[in-house]
Amino acid sequence: MLHEPTNVIETDNAAPKKAKLGVILFIVYTLIYAGFVMIGLTKPELMGMELMAGQNIAIIYGFGLIVLAIVMGFIYNYFCTKMENKMNKK
Amino acid sequence: MIYEVSNLAIIIFVFIVGLVLGLSFYFARKTKSAASYYAAGGKIHWAVNGIAFAGDYLSAASFLGICGMIAYSGYDGFLYSIGYLAGWVVALFLVAEPLRKLGKYTFTDALDARFDSRAIKLTAAISTLIVSIFYLIPQMVGAGDLVVPLLGLPHWMGVVIVGSIVIFIVATAGMTSTTYVQFIKGALLVIFSTILTIYILNNGLTLTPNANYHKFDKIAAVVANDTVVSISDSTYVIKTTKVVDKLVFVKLEKNGSNCWYHLNKKDDVANLEEMLDITVLANGDKLYNGAPKTANKFYQVGHLSKIIVDGKEVDKTGPVGPFQFIKTIENSEIVRFSKKGFTDGTDKVTVYYQKVTSGKDVMKPGLLYKLSAAAGATFWDKLNFLSLMLALFLGTSALPHILIRYYTVPSQRAARKSTIVAIAAIGFFYVLTLYMGLGSMINGVLDVESSNMSGPLLAKSIGVGLFSIISAIAFATVLGTVSGLIVASSGAIAHDFIDKYLKVEMTDHGKVKAGKIAAFCVGIFAIVLGILFKGMNVSFLVGLAFAVAASANLPAILFLLFWKKTTAKGIASSIIVGIISSIGIILFSPTMWEKYGLIPKDAPIPLDNPGIISIPLAVLTLVIVSLMTQKDNSTKDFSK
Repeated sequence: MLHEPTNVIETDNAAPKKAKLGVILFIVYTLIYAGFVMIGLTKPELMGMELMAGQNIAIIYGFGLIVLAIVMGFIYNYFCTKMENKMNKK
Repeated sequence: MIYEVSNLAIIIFVFIVGLVLGLSFYFARKTKSAASYYAAGGKIHWAVNGIAFAGDYLSAASFLGICGMIAYSGYDGFLYSIGYLAGWVVALFLVAEPLRKLGKYTFTDALDARFDSRAIKLTAAISTLIVSIFYLIPQMVGAGDLVVPLLGLPHWMGVVIVGSIVIFIVATAGMTSTTYVQFIKGALLVIFSTILTIYILNNGLTLTPNANYHKFDKIAAVVANDTVVSISDSTYVIKTTKVVDKLVFVKLEKNGSNCWYHLNKKDDVANLEEMLDITVLANGDKLYNGAPKTANKFYQVGHLSKIIVDGKEVDKTGPVGPFQFIKTIENSEIVRFSKKGFTDGTDKVTVYYQKVTSGKDVMKPGLLYKLSAAAGATFWDKLNFLSLMLALFLGTSALPHILIRYYTVPSQRAARKSTIVAIAAIGFFYVLTLYMGLGSMINGVLDVESSNMSGPLLAKSIGVGLFSIISAIAFATVLGTVSGLIVASSGAIAHDFIDKYLKVEMTDHGKVKAGKIAAFCVGIFAIVLGILFKGMNVSFLVGLAFAVAASANLPAILFLLFWKKTTAKGIASSIIVGIISSIGIILFSPTMWEKYGLIPKDAPIPLDNPGIISIPLAVLTLVIVSLMTQKDNSTKDFSK
């Protein structure tokens, strides 16, 4: 099976920068998620409004939150890997 | 309803369970040390771990519960999908890597890494146990629901079967076998849910779900002051009229058998519409639509009453694309079946009456959670919605059985990558839940007695082969998640409490043995709870587990990682306050009031989901206690 050989946690010089990036992306996503919840709380009738291609705001925003989480995950991994490769060179 | 058992279903079920047990035997031989028992030796590949994350996380709540909730309440069920997935963002961006760096076997190890505090060891172990048990209940309930149609066994037997198999899996090989069970099941669940969704889209929308779909009676009635004076069908005799929350229900008798009808008045035209009813007689016997269950008069329901395509009414659409499917439902009308209960003399009656619902209302929040003033939403209704969305968002990264999976990979980078694989797999699956839920809603497959069975019953309408595979996977789903939960619980008891807190001297072999005994005890406890909580929607129950986790664990994790002034006493007291406040609110909530047999409206706390109160309370406690105990930190060396 796909086992990796060792289990050693090495020093990670990129950790502070990665943590900062993580916090920024977390705040961005949280604000967008909060926007969805606030629409539901304050203007629920907006959720049923057609936005594009016959789809209402609830569907586009809901699907959007799922897709955005995946896309942001890939972006985060790309930059973290880059930082690790650059800052952890031996 | 009565389920017919098929031999194919039994064969596929036995094959999947055999595969799972075979894996456990295989890995049992390799599990000798505590590291391999609790954390699979930290050697799982990130891709395998990512799918195993999905297998662990996509529990009975996701497949059975969310599909069922969407099938009965439309978009409101999909809110769970959105919230559950959003929670992974917190796990990826804030928790995954630092936690991997801090921990060894359990979530308590990570919390305690800086402090070596007995208070943290004890409170975090208790919290792990409580959250895992809250999460275990719905899994066991879901397992019981599954075996009824799959194997024709009673609900309690399903709970006992799952409990026994899982105890065996965990007690033999711990986290390694659990990981591969979750990996296989996670992959199969996503693949077969995709097949089911493709079938739904290919089938399109139709007014007649299937040839056997029951055509519900409609009898013209003459009404005076909410009382039915006469009806057009003289073969029926009017027996009783009941008014419940402005709804009028009429009992009719035909050939010595009674059944209930709903009076529907529209534009001065009155009709009695056939319903589904369950009557519990004084002697405890149950009648389904006036007859014993074996008479098969209790039908599967859920259909479209009007389909509009491009402004024109049609009988069916033919194959549709994923967006066209949603758009067409939005423009159409769906007949849902709403529940009401009342007494008729000494009989207890539950009716499920037809409710024509606009597709526009189905495709936006509001059927389950009242949000608009027009729907009569109160302050507490809105607070409930906010509380649920908050708990779902913050709960994922605080679930101990999810957190321990970070210790099964070799590095922080692997922890991050496996989280991303998990988000992609879980996100894709959650998109599919909307189609599976809506497909169940309109294809005449719903069993009103069990919302949890909507997804598998939809598969059954396609063919018994697909039903058998989907049900067996759903069963494996329960096995995978329950295994993870029991590993987490046994770690809390044997590793955190006995080994670390009580400091009982044990050899490595002794630690593994203690873990296995703990797994056995938790498994037995889970079986009992699964039988007691029969009949509740599993996704709702998991929502509560998220609220307890988000209240008890998340403030502790985040403040430990991001606030240097956090102290051990601050963490321990925040966990205690989080547990007590969240469980306290749940115990006094309307849902639990109903469970106690009381009137939900009389519940002392009008909130079903505690997160909005208990999470800020736990945060406040942590900050205040930490600031008051700063002296403790000044004596410690945190340079490591």
